[in-house]
Amino acid sequence: MLRPFALYQPTTVAEASDLLAREGANAALYAGGTEVLLILKEGLLRVGSLIDVKRVPGLAAIRADNGHLSIGATATHRTVENDATVRARCPLVAGVARHVANIRVRSVGTVGGNLAFADPHSDLATVFLAFDAVVHLASRRGARTLPLADFVRGQYETAREEDEILTAVRLTAWPAHTAGAYAKFGVHERPTLGVAVALTRHGDAVGAVRVAVGCVGPRPQRISAAEERLCGVSLADVARHAGEVAELAAREVDPTTDLHGSAEYKRDMTRVFVRRTLLVAVARAAGRDTHERHPHTVIV
Amino acid sequence: MNVIPIQSSSKIRFRVNGGAVELDVRPEALLLDVLRDRLQLKGARRSCDMQVCGACTVLVDGAPVSACTYLAIEADGREVLTVEGLADGDRLDPLQEAFIEHGAVQCGFCTSGMLLTAKTLLAEEPSPSPERVAEYLRGNLCRCTGYRKILDAILACAKSGATRA
Repeated sequence: MLRPFALYQPTTVAEASDLLAREGANAALYAGGTEVLLILKEGLLRVGSLIDVKRVPGLAAIRADNGHLSIGATATHRTVENDATVRARCPLVAGVARHVANIRVRSVGTVGGNLAFADPHSDLATVFLAFDAVVHLASRRGARTLPLADFVRGQYETAREEDEILTAVRLTAWPAHTAGAYAKFGVHERPTLGVAVALTRHGDAVGAVRVAVGCVGPRPQRISAAEERLCGVSLADVARHAGEVAELAAREVDPTTDLHGSAEYKRDMTRVFVRRTLLVAVARAAGRDTHERHPHTVIV
Repeated sequence: MNVIPIQSSSKIRFRVNGGAVELDVRPEALLLDVLRDRLQLKGARRSCDMQVCGACTVLVDGAPVSACTYLAIEADGREVLTVEGLADGDRLDPLQEAFIEHGAVQCGFCTSGMLLTAKTLLAEEPSPSPERVAEYLRGNLCRCTGYRKILDAILACAKSGATRA
């Protein structure tokens, strides 16, 4: 059961921002409701009003330009999964969207809601980090952008100001000759661990690398030590370095003990899954696919 | 800007299983409660109450949603299908027939959600692989663990090509 609340349905970002500024902690933003309605039901959040941003025109738009892909905040996971532009520019993102939560959550849950809620056990932020994501925030005071890595501050904590609305996330499409993979593992509803790896070929060697690990700690992170180690390595040698790279990732993550497991366990699983995901990515970079399967694991 | 003040109702008009419905609902009213308590449609069930189990699955404009975590007001102007609307009079939906034939029902608590989710899947992908069916139904839990027969029933129905849109 939900406690009574008022429902506002603004039609511009400025209106929504004014409401947020006026209502302060008494209001929460609402789109798909897959997160906010849950915490309202549980009594973890109490507000007198919800501000429904789904009626703001253009907020669900998906656009591509100059090597970037912009996904509007109120685009649902289902929309992202099926969108031709996403599939063409960032196919891994469409693939991951297909595996977010379950079909009912994907039908209504939104990309912006997912990022702004900042549940650490979420796929999108991890994958988006591998696309150098930038979030767009807007308020009556103006608009600004922030790298996703700076936007997510911790568990359920973001850099969004009280009167701001997350309007879109902008991804940088991978350059040509890039192959990537995303693996997630878990037996619960939400993932215990997510790893995204992308390798850009430069001749027979690795030209650029992206490694992102999420869900194990308070926020997803890029693993720069692992990326640096792989840069310039010949494609044929990547598999030989996989163990070492996985070890670097296991050292660099900041795991938290929670219901998904102990910090120690998550560090171990980071090692296991960075290695596995890297091997899938390098196989794809070489034009093969591995069709690897592991228990309780989804590989996109 | 549309505003519905706290403790007040607004009128919603929507279709449920093909019939027009008009109701006054408060913003916090959940679709599941409206269906069960005001429209006496008990096929969608409250179980986990957190979008994990799928017992409350209904289709809104053809898309599965968790009615336990979906505001009734969102159904305004839309088409809602519950398990009660699957059969055409006395003629069961081919999926229902397949569930009976394969014994895909034990306690039956999850069945309405399974049927409706499968309905959407077959509407979108008429010939899914077994892996795809399992993946699509990931969010519908059967605590009797009768998954094998449920999957068999859905695959058999797909194979027979008997699904109705």
